[in-house]
Amino acid sequence: MNVLEMTNIKKSFGDNNVLKGISFHVDSGEVVSIIGTSGGGKSTLLRCATLLETVDDGIISYMGENVTYKDGNGKLCYAKDLNRFKKVFGLVFQSFNLFPHFSVLKNVMDAPVTVLNRNKAEVKEECLELLEKMGLSDKVDAYPCELSGGQQQRVSIVRALAMKPDILFFDEPTSALDPELTGEVLKVIKQLAEEKMTMVIVTHEMAFARAVSDRVVFIDKGMIAEQGTPEEVFGNTRNERTKQFLQNYGK
Amino acid sequence: MSLQMIFIKMGEGFGKTCAIFFLTLLFSLPLGMIISFMRMSKNTVVSKITQFVVSVLRGTPLMLQLLAVTYGPYYLFNISVSRNKLIPVVIAFSVNYAAYFSEIYRGGIESISVGQYEAAAILGYSKVQTFIRIILPQVIRRILPSVTNEIVTLVKDTSIAFTVSYQEMFTIGKQIANSQTSFTPFLVAGVFYYVFNAIVGLVMGKIEKSMSYYKQ
Ligand SMILES: Nc1ncnc2c1ncn2[C@@H]1O[C@H](COP(=O)(O)OP(=O)(O)OP(=O)(O)O)[C@@H](O)[C@H]1O
Ligand SMILES: [Mg+2]
Repeated sequence: MNVLEMTNIKKSFGDNNVLKGISFHVDSGEVVSIIGTSGGGKSTLLRCATLLETVDDGIISYMGENVTYKDGNGKLCYAKDLNRFKKVFGLVFQSFNLFPHFSVLKNVMDAPVTVLNRNKAEVKEECLELLEKMGLSDKVDAYPCELSGGQQQRVSIVRALAMKPDILFFDEPTSALDPELTGEVLKVIKQLAEEKMTMVIVTHEMAFARAVSDRVVFIDKGMIAEQGTPEEVFGNTRNERTKQFLQNYGK
Repeated sequence: MSLQMIFIKMGEGFGKTCAIFFLTLLFSLPLGMIISFMRMSKNTVVSKITQFVVSVLRGTPLMLQLLAVTYGPYYLFNISVSRNKLIPVVIAFSVNYAAYFSEIYRGGIESISVGQYEAAAILGYSKVQTFIRIILPQVIRRILPSVTNEIVTLVKDTSIAFTVSYQEMFTIGKQIANSQTSFTPFLVAGVFYYVFNAIVGLVMGKIEKSMSYYKQ
């Protein structure tokens, strides 16, 4: 089943047409990497999917339920109760955006307890387990300012996982990290991929995208220029723009 | 009049000084928050009017505002001046300080990165939850030094109540000074204010320290 389906998504800022009709779906358990030129609209696409931005046109649906729909007059509308969709997805930011005044454990536990009204003891147990899995057991009581970038990003991944999302989005999760710290974060994402977590990852780490993805989507100037298996896109693309892009990246 | 007597007389007025101080804080701190929300309102009419009112409150002397609140009703509507001067004093002080606090709050709230709001939105926090749990604690931490400055100023500003002859410490001191042609009451007042502010500094320092468990 498609966890996410986006059909003919359009979005502009002023007269800057950023998304020019993107159709995109993610199957349950699938890992999709999004690559592409800077300013091509990758972040905007994730922000539209996670309701941080509203689309100008196009249908978004999660688990077959419409987030946007056309009314009788063909006008685009958003569903009334958007909160139920927020339980479906999580987003990991490039700049972590941890809550600096909360300890690691509280960062991770607070939303399940206050937003989902779940039992505190139960949430705590789950969160401690997740933190341990991510190699953060000894940082449970630390504050974000006491952690390295790589540790902070792993905490923010746990924070997203603690909400038990059906799909997890990543927007360049390692771009703000020193090169020697990207490995530990990529390892964690790889681990999630092996557990069949449904994920959409915007990344500039080509080797990683190639290794971890079921499908690679290349976005160029607000359009999907090409998509396919990592082999098809990285191995022997026939698309000129993809070729050029990958050449610039030195692969 | 002996020094001891001066201390006792002025000490009696000190209770009223404290009344101005604590009541002003009690009303101005929350009122400032309301004003800062109005100032940041998406409705430009509300925001512009608030901006203007705040600029008047900050741009004119508190003494003038106090006179206006105390005697304005009499001149405008022929309502007799209230016997208990504490009421107009606390109104004038609270509104004036709320204007200052509102600008401090606004600066603090606007200094929090959008990333904090977005992270909270993705996790499903409501607007109110986001403000109370995520934004406000960080804002308080950031603005505490500026708030302390205002509070220190407030301690000294309580003396302005002498303009409407409210019998607080400074007013009494001034009366003694006049009747005895002595400067001593003013020195005593200085000691009172200094000690008061030393205590304020101590308390605020403790609060700041208790909140500095994380780097911002
Ligand atoms: N809030 C905004 N207001 C105005 N323009 C915006 C806004 N957000 C993005 N844009 C514009 O939309 C375009 C696409 O930006 P976007 O961040 O989606 O690109 P990207 O593919 O993620 O690039 P990068 O690889 O550099 O992160 C850019 O031209 C950008 O300036
Ligand atoms: Mg981006």
